[in-house]
Order: sequence, then C-alpha cells, then structure tokens
Amino acid sequence: MSEQRHQVTVTVNGVTRRAEVPARRLLADFLRMDLRLTGTHLGCEHGVCGACTVLLDGVPVRSCLIFAVSVDGHAVTTVEGCCEPAGELGPVQQAFHECHGLQCGFCTPGFITTITAYLEENPKPTEEEAREAIGGNLCRCTGYQNIVAAVLRAAELKREREATP
Amino acid sequence: MSDKYLGQPLVRKEDPRLLRGDGRYLDDLGHDALAAAFVRSPVAHARILDIDVSDALDVDGLVAVYTHEDLPDRIAEPLPLLIPHPDLTHPRTPHCLANGEVNHVGEAVVMVVATDRYLAEDAAERIVVTYEQLPPVVGIGAARAAERLVHEDVPGNVAARSVQVNGKGDAHQAIAAAPHRLTLDLEIERSASMPMEGKGVLARWDADDKTLRVHSSTQTSTSVRLAVAAKLGLPPDRVEVVTPDVGGGFGVKIVHPWPEEILVPWAAMTLGRDVKWAEDRREHFISSAHERGQQQRIEVGFDGSGRLHGLSVEIWHDNGAYTPYGIIVPIVSSTQLLGPYKVGAYRVEFTSLYTNTVMVTPYRGAGRPQGVFAMERTMDAIAEYLGLDRLAVREANLIQPEEMPYDQGLVFQDGRPLIYDSGDYPKMLRMIRELVGWDGFEAEREAAAAEGRRIGIGVAAYVEGTGMGPYEGAHVKVETTGEVVVSAGLTTQGQGHYTTLAQIAADQLGVAVADVTVVTGDTRRFKYAVGTFASRAIVTSGNAVAVAAGKVAEKAKRVAAAALGGGVEPGELELVDGLVRHRDDHTVSIDLRTVAVLSNPLRYAFDEAAKAATQFASVSSSGEEPGLEATGYYMPERSTFAAGAHGVVVETDPETADIRILRYCVVHDCGVVVNPRIVEGQVHGGVAQGVGGALYERIVYDEAGQLVNASYMDFLIPFATEVPQITTAHMVTASGLNPLGLKGAGEAGVIPTSAAIASAIEDAERLTIRRMPISPSELYELRKGRVHA
Repeated sequence: MSEQRHQVTVTVNGVTRRAEVPARRLLADFLRMDLRLTGTHLGCEHGVCGACTVLLDGVPVRSCLIFAVSVDGHAVTTVEGCCEPAGELGPVQQAFHECHGLQCGFCTPGFITTITAYLEENPKPTEEEAREAIGGNLCRCTGYQNIVAAVLRAAELKREREATP
Repeated sequence: MSDKYLGQPLVRKEDPRLLRGDGRYLDDLGHDALAAAFVRSPVAHARILDIDVSDALDVDGLVAVYTHEDLPDRIAEPLPLLIPHPDLTHPRTPHCLANGEVNHVGEAVVMVVATDRYLAEDAAERIVVTYEQLPPVVGIGAARAAERLVHEDVPGNVAARSVQVNGKGDAHQAIAAAPHRLTLDLEIERSASMPMEGKGVLARWDADDKTLRVHSSTQTSTSVRLAVAAKLGLPPDRVEVVTPDVGGGFGVKIVHPWPEEILVPWAAMTLGRDVKWAEDRREHFISSAHERGQQQRIEVGFDGSGRLHGLSVEIWHDNGAYTPYGIIVPIVSSTQLLGPYKVGAYRVEFTSLYTNTVMVTPYRGAGRPQGVFAMERTMDAIAEYLGLDRLAVREANLIQPEEMPYDQGLVFQDGRPLIYDSGDYPKMLRMIRELVGWDGFEAEREAAAAEGRRIGIGVAAYVEGTGMGPYEGAHVKVETTGEVVVSAGLTTQGQGHYTTLAQIAADQLGVAVADVTVVTGDTRRFKYAVGTFASRAIVTSGNAVAVAAGKVAEKAKRVAAAALGGGVEPGELELVDGLVRHRDDHTVSIDLRTVAVLSNPLRYAFDEAAKAATQFASVSSSGEEPGLEATGYYMPERSTFAAGAHGVVVETDPETADIRILRYCVVHDCGVVVNPRIVEGQVHGGVAQGVGGALYERIVYDEAGQLVNASYMDFLIPFATEVPQITTAHMVTASGLNPLGLKGAGEAGVIPTSAAIASAIEDAERLTIRRMPISPSELYELRKGRVHA
C-alpha cells in the first residue's frame, strides 16, 4: 500500500527546488522535511496560530493548510528568505531584535513573514494599524506590545535601507 | 568584578539565530528518525477489553506497535510520584501506556512507530480498542459529591487533605469575635499553559558505546536524565539529556518523565533506530497538563476600618486523574493567598480531588492566581460592605517595611518557613494608585457616563515566593581564545538566559558580553541542576554563575600574579576589559586569554598561543590545577519574595456586555534587575496570559468528560487585538538572601490579573463577581440577576 508520489517544483526563497512527495504532504512538512527548511514552525496544524505562515507569491498563507502539490510552479518565501541578500538580519528581523519582539521564538517566523508582506502593502503604518496587522498570529510569550513596536521600527528600518541602497 | 552590565537593557544574544529561522526546536532535529504516534483514549473512564492491532499491520512503513503488555517490568510500572507529601495520602500516577483502565480522554493506550509521522498516524487510526465505559467524574462538584469514584480504591475521590494555621490564634474564634463578618464562595475555571510548541522527544541509542542520548522539550533536563536512567535500568552515566530550543513551557514541561520521555528512548533502544515524537496540538490539549480549577469558601472577620481579625479559607482543588506533581498547586494557593497582608488568625484547609480529566500541574503562577483572587475578592467585599475605598481597606492591612523580614507562620511549597525577606508594600500601593489614576477616577467615570459609557477601575496586589531551592549550578571556563563559556544546568524556554547569565559572568570576569557564550539544559555540559520553574532561574542560576565566575576570577589573579612576577600579589589585581591588571599600575597587566593559556601547562605546542605554556617558556608555574575554569553552586536558605500591584480600567458595553480593557498598569518589584528589557517582556507576557485567564481562556469538559474545546479555534488565547498596552513602573527592594540581591520575575504578570479585572468589572457594573473567567454572555446573564448571588 505504498503512496503515489508527485513531482513538485517550487521557487523557495529565490531558488528552484524539486522534490517527489505524496499528494497529502502539507506545504509546511514539504518545507521542513523535504527541503529541510525548519524555520517554518507548526503550532496548531489547524490554521489558527499563524506560526507556519509563509508567503506564496508574496501573499501570507498558512502552510499547514496547503498541500505541497498545490503550489507547484509558484514562489514561496519563508523566514529564511527574509534576511538581507548578504545574510544580515532583514528589517523585520532586526526590528524584532531591537524591540525584544520575541522570547521563545517559536511563533516568530510566522510574524516575520506576515509583517514582511504587510509592510509592502502599508509601508508607514500607525500603531493601531500595526496591531491590527499582527492580529492573526498567536504569541504566548510576549503579550504583543513589543511586536507592535517592532512593526513600527521595521517600517522605519525598511525605509532607511531603501533610501540608502 | 564590575557592574558594567548588571541592570543594562541589552538586546538578547539568542535573537539573531532564532530570527533567521536557525533555531533548533525538537521537531527540527532527527530528520531521519522513525516517528512515533499514539492511540489515545477517546473516553474519560473505561476498562479496556481488547486491543486489536491486526488492521494496522498492513500499513506500509509500520515498524512497531506497543501496548502495555509489551512493556518490560520497570516501564510497565506506574510513573513516579515526583513530589511526595505526608498529606497526599492517596497519590496515583499514570502508566506509560494504559494498564487495562483509562481515566481521562487522551490517556495513551498504544504506541505506534513508523517510518514517518503520516504513516504512524495511518497505522494508529486502524487500531481498534474496545472499551467498557464507566461513569466519569467531571468537575469539582461531582468529585466532592463522590457518588462515583475515579479510582475505586480512593474513597471520596480525595487525594489529599491539608490544614495549615498561622499560629496567631484560632481563626474561627477570631472571626466570631470580630465586629463584622462575611462569607464568600468563589470559583476559578480550568486553563492551561499552552506553549506554542508542544512537547517532544528524540532518542538515539548508540549500541556500540551503550549510551543513550535523549533530546526533550523539557524544563528540566537533569531530572529527565535520572528518571530515564532509572526506568530503562541504565547507569546514569550512560544517559545524556539535551534540551534544544524550547518553544515555551509555562509550567507544563516541568512535569517529567512524561510517558513519551520513557517510551521513545525505550523504543530507540529496542529497535536500534532513532525515534522521535512531536506532540500535535490536539494531543497537547487532551494529554498534557492543565491548571487553575478551584472552588473556595472564605470566611472573614474584620473591624470597622476594614482590618482583618481572622480568615478561614477552604479550597477544593481539581487535580485531574493523577497526582505525579503532588499537591504543590494547592499548597501555593493556600500560602500565597495572604499576599502583602496581615490577616490576623488564619486557617486554610484544602482538599485535592480526583476527576476523570487531564491531570493538573503548575501553569505559570502555579496556584497563586487563585489564591490572590480569593484574597483580593475578600478585600473588595469588605470595602463594599463597609462603604470604604477599596485601596484604603488594602492599606489598612499591609505589612509595613519595618516589619521585614515578616514571618507569615506557614510552611511554603519548598518546605521552608514562609518568611518574606523584603518589600515596601505601602509604597507599592501608592505607586499603583498614581499610575492607574485612582484618585481622579470618579471624574473620569462621570465624564464617561455623560457619554453613555460605563467604565470601572480595579486593583489587586500579590506577593510571590521566587528563587526557591534546593540549588542551581554552573560551570564557567575561559578558553585560550578569550571566549568565556558558561554552562548552566537549568533549561531555558525564552526567558533570555543566554543574555542575562552572560551579563552576570561578564561583570565578574571583566570581559565583554559578546565574548560570553551560555549553554543551558545540556547534561553533557552540566549534570547537577533542578530546573526552570517557579520564577527561580535568575535567582538560583544567576547567583551560581556569579559564584563560578568569581572563582575563575580569583584563579586568574593567582595565575596572573605568578606570571607577572615582581612580587605582585593576586589581591592587587583586577579583571577589566579582558585584562588582568594591577589595580594601581595599569601598565602591569596580562591578557585574560594568555592567563587561560598559562592555566593549562603544556608539553606540546600546537599553535602560537600554546608556546607560552610549554615547559621551556619563561613563565613560572602557579601550581594551580589545569584549566581557567570553575564550578559554582548557589543554594538558597529559603525563597525570596517579589511583589507587585496591578491596576486596570475596563469599559463594559451597556448593550452587548462586551468587556474592553482601557488601561492596564503594573507596579513590579523583583529586587535587583539584571536586564530591565527582559523583565518588562516577562511582565507583558504574564499579563497577556492573565487577560486570557480573566476574559477568554477556559478548558471545557462536558458531562461525559470530553474536552469540547481542544483546539485554538475554541480555546481562546488572546491575539494582539485583545491584549492591552501595558504601562509598567518598577521598584527595587533588593533581597538580602542572595549576593546579587535578585528576586524572580517570570510568573509575576499573570498572578493578580483575574482579581484586578474582576474588581474593575464589578466597579463598572455595580454587581457581584464570584467566578472567573467571565465572558460577555456571562456578564449579560449576571446583569439579569440569574447567575450567582
């Protein structure tokens, strides 16, 4: 009773990756098990907590609710892809560091990807908008206050970095 | 030593790795390991009549199936009672796999091992267990009524009954003789730690070396190691336990050994293959521990100024189906209930009861939120009865600074006397009064009322025993590169120990924090430790690191003095900026890294640095043992007592009964602060969990013992949109009990939150709240006068 496997080709963090996977393989498991990108974490496996959030063609999605075969031919960005090209912390990551926006760090990758996409959409959020922007991700450690601050700081850093290429 | 780093809000050393996605949590390890999955009981109370695994055998990739019958003697026995107590007369602990009977939904019955988790779950799904259902005992009411029993041989469902008095007279007589008396019946519902990462275990058996390496997402690696060795019949020296990055604990991961922590290593040894189990969210809900559920009856006698003459408290505590962690939670409730107050004659009695639900073990706060709820509800009730200001009633009962150290006359959870070491509670209440705007609130209320809005203010205070023993330890080593490596025995789950312990070591050794690397929770590096829980880590481990690093500094001075020659005495040297130098003549100095080289006399030079330590080099020997390193321990005499007060303003919607927090203020005193940025983060996180416990989170079992909200869809952890902005103010009342003056901070934020929010809602609504959490629908019902007297 062995499972049929399917060829999947996905551009992950700018690199074309191929693997053969069963049809039921979740995107999160595909990233973690097949591509060994373990930065994407599973907190609930039912789409609520947001820890597994990745960007699918730039849009945040819950990778625990999507099959790997269904993203064949698409582009995925994970937390590993949110660094600067030379490997330094990206603006959102740097802002989390400066604002103490993480404690255990387990939910953090989902926040990083979510905020990265959000700042493309709204480069200069207010504090209220920043809080709303992270309103779909659970964190059990921080009480969110420093994550809200990190969203605002990330927006600043992003603007600064874009101004001085 | 310096205090260059102590008290500095440094950014965390652990962050960059975690932010890049380079963290190593349990399920990130063991890529090629076999996967375990469990068949768990779908019913709350039953005898197991039959387990039929035949259908599972066809599943491709299946490696093994185990039931209780397959387990060897020691593993087949019940799991250990971790914390025995004379009052725990009827302890019961679970088996690794159910032995003919299940006592709660989620109890493990069959273990399946397969080549991956998908296939392991396929096989588990095909296993048929036949149950003969027994009537379940669900809820404290049913447990107290004892018409049905959880364990046939435990009469009345009573695991423990315990009484403490404070030696200040007979409480009932004092209450009877007091000018005024009140009785309150209170209830707090169940909640749970709910770390974002569930539990998990990875085991590797090295058959050549006869050694076992276990990775576990635990709050105590050293004790898991001893437990695993004992259960598997291995010499402890053949077992190592490593704690990888841990995605939150909040108490649930201090319990050990979990069945999986024994079964996974045993399967790895039996199969000769790496085996891994990573708990999924539903498993965590139905088979890991919960907390909080209590009923309380309070009788209090007081005078016209609100001063307490006597207090008698009865607590009925739901301990779930088993008691491996003893009766720590109700002990903490009944002792920490007293808070910053003198209550006159005190008597507390608790009854710890079995129910057919997941067992109850400490969750952040560990019984304190319930105790504080009891005390603070009582203060508000007295104020209401006498028509006095609620803060004034509290102030009338405070322990004064000049009364410190203050003996509450009880025995605390560590078996030591409940003696508060230091604190300034009057100042604490003055600060919260100002911070939350207590005095100007009536004007605010009137202004809101004029707009048709309903607002209320509440306050709650607490004292928290922290930094309990028996001890923690650390090893500190200066490498020849100048890198300082600190190996602490305890574990870390996000509290920032890689930074705070580095700050303490850096100050002792006069080096940069950047040059200090901290390792925690790895028994290969340090074997003697207790664990991270009860707001104890920075007090116990921080002081242990200071002791160990202090020893290294002394040794460095001796070695340096010998190397410098010219009659320099070790006592004349100081460690500053990576140098060991003469305190008066800074030109007399030697690099700390060179001292590290000289600390290991060599016959063989393998690099430039090592040449300086060979026998033909000119430096004279100091006669010290090799290695610029030392081990240090800190063993507290008793707990230190942190304290705080929270003030909150809420708005309740006159129509929908929606409850919104308008402002949340915290005054917090945890003694000397190592890193204020990290302490503040701990407070924020604690308050968020407190808000969850007050307004949203509850574990709901139905009459049959089914956990009906076992998902994040239904168990409502607050999102950012539900947690208020928190304003904090700090006080520093140093502890005299430890060299650094520290008190713990981890649990503080969650402790008085339900009490403060209940007080504020009561104030807004002018009705009586006796039970938390409270939802808008419950408030709506309360308004109609249909629920609770």
